[in-house]
This record gives sequence, C-alpha cells and structure tokens, in this order.
Amino acid sequence: MSTSAPVAAESGAKSSFSPGKAVKALFIRAGVLPFFLIAALIIFSLASTQFLTVQNITNVARQSVYLILVSLGQMLVLITGGFDLSVGTAIAITSVVSASTMVAMAGVFPDAIWLAITIGLAAGFGAALVMGLVNGAGIAGFGVSPFIMTLGVQSVGAGIALFITGGVPVGGLPYEFSDFFGFGRIFGVPVPVLVALIVIVLMWVLMNRTRTGARIYAIGGNIKAAHLSGINTRKTLFIAYIICSLLASLAGILLTARVESGETNLGGTIALESIAACVIAGVSLRGGIGRVESVVLGAFFIVLVQNGMNIMQIGSYMQMVLLGSLLILAVVIDQLRYKMLIGGR
Amino acid sequence: MPSSAPLVEMRRITKTFPGVTALDGVDFTLLSGEVHVLFGENGAGKSTLISVLSGVYPQTSGDLRIDGEDIALSSVKDAKKHGIAAVFQEFSLVPTLTVAENIFLGSEPMRGPFVDRRAMVIQARKLFADLDFPMNVKARVVSLSRAEQQMVEIAKAIHSQAKILILDEPTASLTERETETLFRIVREAKARGVGIIYISHRIQEFSAIADRITVLRDGRLIGTVGVHDLTPAGLVEMMTGRAIDEIYPPITRQPDGPILLSLRGLKAWGVSGADIDVRAGEVLGVAGLVGSGKSRTWRAALGVIPMTAGSVTLKGEDVSGKPTRRFLKNGVFYLPPDRKAEGLMLGATTRQNVNLGLIDREDSNGFLKMLSPGKMRGIADRIARKVDLSDAYMARTISNLSGGNQQKALFGRGFGQDYDVYIFDEPTVGVDMGTRAALYRLIKEIAEAGKAVVVISSDLPEVMNLAHRLVVFSAGQISAELSGDDIDEQTILKAFFANERQTA
Repeated sequence: MSTSAPVAAESGAKSSFSPGKAVKALFIRAGVLPFFLIAALIIFSLASTQFLTVQNITNVARQSVYLILVSLGQMLVLITGGFDLSVGTAIAITSVVSASTMVAMAGVFPDAIWLAITIGLAAGFGAALVMGLVNGAGIAGFGVSPFIMTLGVQSVGAGIALFITGGVPVGGLPYEFSDFFGFGRIFGVPVPVLVALIVIVLMWVLMNRTRTGARIYAIGGNIKAAHLSGINTRKTLFIAYIICSLLASLAGILLTARVESGETNLGGTIALESIAACVIAGVSLRGGIGRVESVVLGAFFIVLVQNGMNIMQIGSYMQMVLLGSLLILAVVIDQLRYKMLIGGR
Repeated sequence: MPSSAPLVEMRRITKTFPGVTALDGVDFTLLSGEVHVLFGENGAGKSTLISVLSGVYPQTSGDLRIDGEDIALSSVKDAKKHGIAAVFQEFSLVPTLTVAENIFLGSEPMRGPFVDRRAMVIQARKLFADLDFPMNVKARVVSLSRAEQQMVEIAKAIHSQAKILILDEPTASLTERETETLFRIVREAKARGVGIIYISHRIQEFSAIADRITVLRDGRLIGTVGVHDLTPAGLVEMMTGRAIDEIYPPITRQPDGPILLSLRGLKAWGVSGADIDVRAGEVLGVAGLVGSGKSRTWRAALGVIPMTAGSVTLKGEDVSGKPTRRFLKNGVFYLPPDRKAEGLMLGATTRQNVNLGLIDREDSNGFLKMLSPGKMRGIADRIARKVDLSDAYMARTISNLSGGNQQKALFGRGFGQDYDVYIFDEPTVGVDMGTRAALYRLIKEIAEAGKAVVVISSDLPEVMNLAHRLVVFSAGQISAELSGDDIDEQTILKAFFANERQTA
C-alpha cells in the first residue's frame, strides 16, 4: 500500500523501450488524464489567445479549489468501491445552515462576531457530518448500495435545505466572514487556495502514510480480503463517507463566503463534476485505485475545460452535454484500462 | 450401436493461446458406451480439451473425428448438433427461469404461436421421474441448491439426446447419496450407448464408474490406462510426474504441544457440533467432502460466518463470537479457500497484496507512527525471498500471475506478523505440483517452528501426508479423529460417509 498507483506495466515497458509501449504504460499508470490535458491545452490555445495566459491559468487554479476539495472526498469513497451523489447537497445544506446560524448568532452576540462565525461554521459542519453519518450507516451498517443510499440522502438533504430557507437565499452574513474566507489573503495567498493546499497535503498523508488510507485502498481492492486481513471494514467505510461529506462541507463554507449568502443551489452539478474529475484522473470505479495528486489535477482539468468553453463562448447548455459526454468517455476508457491491467481476463 | 469407429477420435490436438501452449499434440478417443476419465492437475489441459470438443473454441491444429467423420466445430451450437452436450462447472442455467423453462430453453414445445407451458411441465416432470430424482420443475433455478442445479444441467443434457456427454467435476458439490444417483444416471446413459467424458479429481470414484483414464500433464498426454491397471498412488505419480514422498516433506511433530485454539460444541449453519483442539507444533488435517462442514466450522469459529452455539478458546481466553479481526490481531492467520473471491486484490500489484498483511505491524511504523513505505518495502522484500517471489513478480498486477504464485503471495501475508495459529483452507487449490512442494515446505517450516497449523483440504493425499492428526467431517459433524499411523485412506473414505443418513 506504500505506492497507491498500480505499477503493473513497469516490468513490461522497461524490457524493450518503444514510444507505443511507453504511451501504454503511461495510460495504465495514470489513466487518460495526461492525454486529455494535452488535448484540452492544444484545442483551447488554438481557439483563443486569452486562454494560455498566466492570469487565466491562475484564475482557473483559484476557481478549481472548490471542486478539488469535493473531488478529494469523492476519491475516498470511489476508492472504497462506492460513490457519493450527495456531495452537492452537503454543500447546499452547509451553506444554508451555516449562513442561517451565523445570521442568528450575529444578532445574539453582536459584539463577538467571530464567535458567531465559529458557531455558524460548526453548525454547517455538523449538518454535513449528519449526512455523512447517515450515508455511512446505510452503506456500511445496512449494506445499502451506495448509489441508492446517497441518491436518497441527496434528495432528503436538498429538501431540508429548501425547507429551511423557503428557497430564498440567506443574506446579511457578517462582513468578516466573507472578507476572510471568500476574499482574504494570508501572505498574499488567497485563503481558499491555502485551505485547499492544506487539505491536499493532509489527504496525501492520509492516503499514503496512514493505516486508515491503506485500509481504504484494501477495501476497494477486495472487501472480503480486507475483512479476512483483520480490517474493520464497516468503520473504515464510515470514515470514508464522513470525510467525503466534511470535505464537501468545507467547499460549501468557502463557496458561501464567496457568494456572500447561504444558497441551496450552490452544489448543483458538483456530484457529476467530482466523479468526472476522479475518473478522468484514473480513480477506478471498481475501487482500490486512485491517487491524490492525480485527482487534484483532474479537478483542475474539469475547471480548465469549463473555463476554455467559456472563453470559446460555448453556452452553458452545451457545456452540460460536453461534460456528461466527457464523463462517459472517461468511464469507457477506464473500463479498457482495467482490462489491460487485469490482463484481458 | 456396434460401430467400428470410435465415437470421438481426437488426433494430435494442439491449442495455443497467446504465449501459452495449452494442449500439445494430445490424442484422445471415446468409445460408445464408455466412461472415460480425464485426469490431471489444474492447468494440465483438461478444460481446454473439452472446450475444443464442445465447440467453445477451435483447436490450433489436429484432427477431430466424430463417428469416424472428420469435422470442424465452429460453435457450441454446432457441437450440439453433433450430439455433444457439456455440463461445465460454471452452470449455463438462467437463474430467474424455472427448471422446466431452463430445460426447454430454445426448444420449447409450441401450440400454435404460443409456448405450451403445460406440455413443458409435464415433459420435464417425466424427465426427472425417469432419472428418479425428486425435483419441483416449477421452482426457479435460483432457489435450488448447487447439487440440484447440477442435476438440472445433467437433465438438460440428457433431454437433448446427447450421444457424447461431458461432465466436468460433477460430484464436486454433491453429497454421497446424490453422487450415487448421478452414477446411476451415468450408468443408464452408458447402457444406451452414450459416451461419457468424466473429469474428476476424486480418484476413489474412478473404480465405481470409469472404464478408462487419460492422464494429462502440462498440456501433454501422459497416457491412457484401464481403470484397474494402476493404483491410486500410481495415478498420482502419473499426474504429477513425481513420487508422492518427493512432494510431501516429512514434518517433525513436537510432542505434547500446548493447546492454542480449542472449539467446543461449535454450531453454525451446516455444522452441528464440533469439538477440536489445535496444538502448537503439529499439523492438524481436516478432511471431508464439499458441504461436510469442514471449512464452515473454522469460518464460524473465526467469526467469518455466524456461529450459533458453542465456545472458542484462543490461548486460554474465551473469544466465542468475536469479530474476525480480533482473531487476526491475537495471532491467528487464516488463508481463505477461494483466493480470487476472498484473498486477492486482483487489480493491485503483488507487492500491494503482500503489504495488506503488513498494515498493522508495529515495525511498519515510521515518523509519528505513520506507515513507512521504506520499512514496508523492506519487510515485503524479505517475505518475497522467503516465499520465492522475484522482484519482477512483486511489481506485476497479481491477476496476471499463475495460481501458484498468487498463492505464494497469500502465504506471504502469513509472514507479515508473528502468528501462532495458521489455518490454511484449501492451500493448494489450482496450484501446480512444483509450487505445491514449495508451499508444503513452508508449512513444514511453520509447524517445526512450533506454530499450530491447520490444513483444511479436499485433496485427500495432501491432508493425509501432511497431517500428524486428522479430523474427518461428515454432514456437519466430526466422524473420525485419526492420529499418526492410523491415518489411512480406507478409514477416511468410510468416515466421509459416516453420517450419510442426515444429509438427504
């Protein structure tokens, strides 16, 4: 479990080097991402001179923070062999719960605004934690399929978020909240970017250096084998779904600060986008395979494509079509890659 | 049907797959009214040979004659037209359809444009009545036991009026009584002039049913002998290419080792009360037919399946009903019988698979008690040397390795921690003879280091030769407990069927 990526083709590729074999080895090792990334850079650069500028790429990096956070959580549950469709709802519910709480608390403690913000954040995380617990209980405890469980929770959460707000955005947030989490900078680095960097490092450590990470890989590799190797599979699944919800929740907080209001529609398409980011980054839908660094790049890629399409003035409806197609293509290619990995059996 | 030409004549059959020669110039003949056993290790080429004969894929070279006529089979359907019906280990039944629907699948009796369901049921009932096998033909296949499904497959083959019937390990999931029924059906088919190719590992069955035996090894024909020409030991020698005592090393027994694991009155689904003591420094063999409870007993004791009654004591501590991981943490190693389903992470490398056994080791700790990849690599390398897996194998995806090397990796997990009790369930299934001998040497090493070893196996020579003490399971109970020189084939076989009455 020390290296999380399969290095299956290494021996084959090194024995007699040729460009074709190297491409194949890269494909088996890293998935489609390198190829997609190169293709996207070429296409968008040709389409517009504004695309490949330092300013635009920096912009894309900053915009991709939210998707990176959610995708890292999604990666965890994908590696266990499941997935989480309720990440968008986790964002929405975090947004409205934290915003409402903050507004209410700001009325109670007008002199201690950071206390109100802290309570608001805790309430938001708490709401997402409950979602993670429900997902974990259904999937790890009762063996409900992750698809159905998270689909159900997604609907329940969205309903609750709408019920709380009546569909109206929660405004009047403390100025300090948005000023710090949305637009603040520490040592010149935007706070959201800093948060994402910290999370990336922590997730890398989790997946590569801790027993929990090793167990998550093992469960996805073969849950029965993991069980017979002394791993508490239920507890580990629980942890994966909870971390996934909390990471989505963190993205929800940052987004709320950015838009300066609690909104129910913040995470609308993020479930699809995060799964696409992971699969394109080589996370196997069968579980057991996936790397933090690749997923970060995968999320970056998705935002990059969206950015490129915006620059090319492709409408948002057509963007949905393209994004969905990209996901399907990535899954088809993942299938192919798995067959190559397993050896055509 | 007195015909001079044999029913099937295969000459110089060669079949190559990319990188492998599965069959290398094999001759095989099947006469009308004959039961011809194909015998060999897993991977010897038996499956390939019958796949060629049943039209699954064509041979690379060689001739195939049926009734003296040169033919080339292009598909399974084509083979069926020539009267060849095969019952494989993996069933070709539709689980959601009824028994009758399955039997008539593709040849449904019609009334006008509609399927005549009544006629179908009546004919299916008659078929099973002729076979003298009780069967609810309206039951859905999914609700049947494996043995019943097996019977449906056989009934389907017989219904198709096959003149060549291929049975691949048909008794693997049958009880003794069901096996008797099967043998009767086979004899009746034989009397009608059907030629039967019978694949089995159970040497003890051959004298009851077979006429001739063809032995394959590594894709080559070793020889064809009459059933009474050779002793079982001779057959094993033919199959493996070496004498039995070259394969099984003598293991020194530590006298009066302390009891490490003990089961008392253990009950679970399919196990009706078992008392067993496992001692340090000896190999305990566990034999029995499939479904006898020999494997379930240990799985229940270790908490893999629910245990309904009884107690389990590990090193003096009552651990009844504790979760499996508790046993593993307290020094029990369990090698599951089905390595693909329960042992391997198929998409991961061999190294990652070995590492699975290292996660909880203290000496994998690095900085801040986190896992240290360097230390794990070191331990895994030591394990790899011990079980004889080269660096190249360690880096490969494990699903691309042979069964023997996969098993070595799983054995390697057992060296991840210092275990006191090793439970090997079917340790050599699908493993070639050379690797087997290596695995047996590892078992010897473990036992002689003073560990307690349990070997559960359907391979009778394996348990007989390795075990110092042997318990035999029959119908969920221990039917015999033998020790040292008392371990003898006849006694064991008798014990296999001791509680037969309760099975039906």
